Amino acid sequence: MAPELPGIQCEPLAGSVAAWRAAVDAQQWLRAGEDIAARGGRLAALWASDDSDRTAGLCVRALLVSFEGLICLELRVPEHDASFPDLSESFPCADRMQRAVFDLCGARALTRDGTPADSRPWLRHGAWPEDVFPLRRNVAAGARWPAQPDAYRFVAVEGDGVHEIPVGPVHAGTIEPGHFRFSVVGERVLRLEERLGYKHKGIEKRFEQMSLADAIRLAGRVSGDSTVAYAWAYAMALESISGAQPSERALSLRALLLERERIANHLGDLGALGNDGGLAFGLAHFSRLKEDVLRLNARLFGHRYLMDRIVPCGVAVDVDPASIAVLLGEADRIEREVRALRAIYDDHAGLQDRFMTCGRLAPDTAARLGVVGLAARACGIALDVRAHPGYAPYTELQPRVATERAGDVAARVNVRFEELFESLRLERRILRHLPAGDCVLPLAAAPEGAIGFGWIEGWRGEVFVALEAGAAGTVRRCHPHDPSWQNWPALEHAILGNIVPDFPLINKSFNLSYAGQDL
Amino acid sequence: MHKLLRQIARVGIRTERPPQADDSLRQITDRVNQEVLRLLGRALAIRHVDAGSCNGCELEIHGLANPYYNMEGLGICFVASPRHADMLMVTGPVSRNMEDALRRTYEATPEPKLVLAIGDCGCSGGIFGEGYASCGRVASVIPVDVAVPGCPPPPDAIMQGILTAVRAPAQGFR
Repeated sequence: MAPELPGIQCEPLAGSVAAWRAAVDAQQWLRAGEDIAARGGRLAALWASDDSDRTAGLCVRALLVSFEGLICLELRVPEHDASFPDLSESFPCADRMQRAVFDLCGARALTRDGTPADSRPWLRHGAWPEDVFPLRRNVAAGARWPAQPDAYRFVAVEGDGVHEIPVGPVHAGTIEPGHFRFSVVGERVLRLEERLGYKHKGIEKRFEQMSLADAIRLAGRVSGDSTVAYAWAYAMALESISGAQPSERALSLRALLLERERIANHLGDLGALGNDGGLAFGLAHFSRLKEDVLRLNARLFGHRYLMDRIVPCGVAVDVDPASIAVLLGEADRIEREVRALRAIYDDHAGLQDRFMTCGRLAPDTAARLGVVGLAARACGIALDVRAHPGYAPYTELQPRVATERAGDVAARVNVRFEELFESLRLERRILRHLPAGDCVLPLAAAPEGAIGFGWIEGWRGEVFVALEAGAAGTVRRCHPHDPSWQNWPALEHAILGNIVPDFPLINKSFNLSYAGQDL
Repeated sequence: MHKLLRQIARVGIRTERPPQADDSLRQITDRVNQEVLRLLGRALAIRHVDAGSCNGCELEIHGLANPYYNMEGLGICFVASPRHADMLMVTGPVSRNMEDALRRTYEATPEPKLVLAIGDCGCSGGIFGEGYASCGRVASVIPVDVAVPGCPPPPDAIMQGILTAVRAPAQGFR
């Protein structure tokens, strides 16, 4: 059933996601955002494309999620002094996405009084000039500019005894680069401001140099830890514009790979969280189990992290009865071992003392910020695209959504434990009821200008891909959206009132992607 | 406590033999002399710098610490500052936004130092290549001693790269 938005015509999009697109003017854009927010909907992504070579001007798109499904608002604006109404009043998470839209496409989000919502750059540090917008069609892919001055304005906190601790972009551990500016009194954090974008390497421009068939490899490298989720989301978008449907077997195998990705990442995180909480034993044992899963992936599917195993309209892997038996045996063993390790974690007073009440994100704050994925489920917000709206084969598999209420590190640990067991259950069910069918089906040519969406629940949260076909099987525009866009701002809230030495633990409990949001 | 001890006893020691050095990974052979390499090879301090990877290589670098590879058992450890490091382990194509940070990390690392480029992106720019926001391979920004290809290279390949960097080449220095 089409969503009802006053005065707005919603046109349904083909494909496995319930989605509509709607051309709107500036007033409708703002109004639709308010309506959807008032009904408990949220903003999933916001991006812009340069269409000046075709229909003139830029097209700014906001992807809203309502009960009915996805609604893509399309606002056309002229390319000179391009602007669009700021959506951050309805959806605070719009702020960084809007700044990225200006950095890459040159359309500025303006508040009701016509002033920029936040004029600071987000992805542009010093690699290109302020008046150049790399995603514009007239900017060559290989263009290079000399380094520009980079003076980012952090919000300063003043007061007696307040001082700042700048951290990064190069961190003390093996993690991705980003800058954290802590304002502290003694050990206590008064404010954290994140600055990201260090890993921006121009992925969206790179997409436009690729064919629709090849670009799935790039999609699988937007955030390497979620390669299956991204590749599936890309494939779903491509299949919807080509009018293709993978076989039931291929869809079941995709779900098998996605659950194995969730299992591997949750095992790794549970070990790392034990380590950050002072129990190195946890890291040793969980990292051993994770390595077992990765090695079995390499043996049965040819890649430890399952990169490039999902292909357009199918999968590049299959399982035979012998490998099904091995996978089932592994699932039982991991379940047994993780239950034993969970009992040790639960009984460990020192560890629970570090986990409980640490890095608490209140449910109302999480809802207001539009937090998604496991971070949302840990504060009682039962979002999981696999369960609602669901997509094949999850509509049949009926995954149970794991939730906790406390919103602290302990809750995010418990959600991971529950999801791990649920993924093992799903894995067994998939393997025992694997339908017959071809692993790969032919894919019809995608009509030029067609737009498709893919929406997949990865281990971290929902991964979204918007794809627009160009001429002769090329990518005209591809926007991959990581759940980290929504969740990074939540970390700034979760740390408040905690002590600086707890930051690594709190940060790890969210385990957000830098690469995925820096693009 | 007894559950924890029982688990440790039940699992036992899982560490495997480390791989052999591989001279074909070498990019430069004459930066650090043999005597220094001999010392570094016994206690090596590494600083990891992610210069723009997809984070796949980081997963495998984390893997080096798991009980199968047990890198610290070989006297190799990761340190929190480049000032404490003998080797920089760099992943990713170097994003323009990380170019300066990478160069400054390199300068902060005391001589003699080694640089290991990890992954297809670190070796060649990989799928991201060069563009308005990417400098491509690590060697386009700082000198690289050993490059380990792979997308991502598994922990034993990374370990092989580390061991290659701290062993003198089989045919001696040029």
